[in-house]
Amino acid sequence: MPDAAASARIARPDGLQILKRNRAAVIALGFLVGLSLIAIVVPMLLPESLKVTSSASFVPPMQHAAENAALHVLGTDVNGQDMLYRVLAGARVSLGVGLVGALISLVIGTLYGMISGYAGGRVDALMMRTVEVLQSVPRILFIMILIAALDDYVKDWVDAWRLAAQARNWTGLASSMSDLKAYSKVLVMIVSLGLVEWLTMARIVRGQVLVLREMTFVTASKAMGQSNWGVLGRHLLPNLSTIILTYLTLTIPAVILDESFLSFLGLGIEDPAASWGSLLKDGAQVINPLESKWWLLVFPALLMSASLLALNFLGDGLRDAFDPKSGE
Amino acid sequence: MLSFLLRRAFSSVIVIFCVISITFVLARITKGGPFDKEKEPPPHIKEALLTRYKLNGTVWDQYTAYVGSLLRFDLGLSTRYRDWRVSELLRQKMPNSFALGSLAFVIASCAGVFLGSLAAMKKDTWIDRSAMFGALLSISIPSFISGPFLIAVVALGLGWLPVGGWGTFQQMILPAICLAAPYIAYVARLMRNSLLDVLKSDFLRTARAKGLTETQAVARHAVKVAILPVVTFLGPLAAHLLTGSMIVESVFNISGAGMIFVNSIQNRDVFLLGGAVIVYCALLVLFNLFVDVLYTLLDKRIKLYA
Repeated sequence: MPDAAASARIARPDGLQILKRNRAAVIALGFLVGLSLIAIVVPMLLPESLKVTSSASFVPPMQHAAENAALHVLGTDVNGQDMLYRVLAGARVSLGVGLVGALISLVIGTLYGMISGYAGGRVDALMMRTVEVLQSVPRILFIMILIAALDDYVKDWVDAWRLAAQARNWTGLASSMSDLKAYSKVLVMIVSLGLVEWLTMARIVRGQVLVLREMTFVTASKAMGQSNWGVLGRHLLPNLSTIILTYLTLTIPAVILDESFLSFLGLGIEDPAASWGSLLKDGAQVINPLESKWWLLVFPALLMSASLLALNFLGDGLRDAFDPKSGE
Repeated sequence: MLSFLLRRAFSSVIVIFCVISITFVLARITKGGPFDKEKEPPPHIKEALLTRYKLNGTVWDQYTAYVGSLLRFDLGLSTRYRDWRVSELLRQKMPNSFALGSLAFVIASCAGVFLGSLAAMKKDTWIDRSAMFGALLSISIPSFISGPFLIAVVALGLGWLPVGGWGTFQQMILPAICLAAPYIAYVARLMRNSLLDVLKSDFLRTARAKGLTETQAVARHAVKVAILPVVTFLGPLAAHLLTGSMIVESVFNISGAGMIFVNSIQNRDVFLLGGAVIVYCALLVLFNLFVDVLYTLLDKRIKLYA
């Protein structure tokens, strides 16, 4: 029986080794890590004057608004905000929503899939039937309805906290709550996307658990008195980790894409927060054939496409490495 | 076959019923009613409006009233476009989305199958690599980026196609390509993987051994089998494309069904939303059923179980 456990461990290849062999995936990973670092660090280094609205709207890239004003590397938008700052702040929100939303869907999907696969029988049939029903629901539409339903409640809730804090003179909490209100849509987006995107993950994990639970090391640990939850957590979860990681990498671009869709339609991220989708929406609104303000569209579009491409490359590379049979 | 169809029809009705219930309840517990966005009407008028649309009382009362009218095949009235029936609105907007969606569907399935087969036959050559890179690229570029880009290059730059408008076939090409682009990629990748598996099989070796060229062997024997997973994907895709794309319709300024979804949620127009959801789900279920039946025609070994 130790043999079975050992062979299972050997069969799982070293993730780093396989990744290193796939040059495109390594470049993609490097790009994503670099972009995340830049998006986190650079906005902190920019002068405060660039982060606020100003009267200098539509300054083209690499020009100064006035004689001794700061250089606008990527130009400014309709409100005179610096585009470099906006694009990087948008990267923070887009990548952040993608990552956290995908993590939420990972937790739900993994738990659901593990329980369904491990329980088997009628429970499994019922749970998978539910997934099938949910999959025939128009996904983006459901996210839209969820966002509309949650948004007002969250805003009211945050407002109630702010008022309560003001009444007790807790200025710190009050001001952080009024900050949070401006960004409450981000919170709502993360939760709504996470609640909708877990279906694929649940099906993949369940399929894997169906195979794993028949293996001898599971029988062994059960015979040694391990509880069901113990088996799930201590023995199945480690064996599932690579496949979960792989599908996490593929869920992140899906969530980012959904977020940008909604923001582009004006249903997602709102000012003062920005995401790539909302920046593109703002850029598309002021576009006209006479005077092209290309920098409003080109920079967010390039950055977004490059990130999605990198994430898809990385996800495909991981899937080819760890899950060669799955294909599409 | 008949019992299969009957059982599927029954479960389809259940699915549609579940979806419409969730949609209605979520839409009604959302804050802000359908008449709140305009100038706030006096309370008694608002009450009369709500009564007329059967939207007063508890959510449960509203829900039962709505399901009751659905059972009489009545989709109700739009609360936003007064005195318009939901069915009339849908009938007006749907044809545009249908036309655009079916063109996009034809482009996606034909181009996808062709490119995927080509990539599989030329595996590990530059044709394969560039086709697969192109596929990943077009999956990664959302339609609200590729749409303006296509307009700028093909319409404004090269002047091959009209910039906008709706009605002629030329005006449909750009939006259809834009809508189809990511799905060409999905279909091509599916087709490539599936054909690569089939190319290794014994019956293809037989086909080659009896003197067929590689192209003949693939076209006559392999494609028929390899296309099965693609057909599974095409069913939901057809439903998805035919019910309209919000993004492409807003980028190319087309008045179609996609915008119904967005507008009805923003206007809290619950009956219009419900009608659109019903059409979407019905199409989805119908095409999935169609795919299952098509399966038995393509592959005689498959029998239908419900």
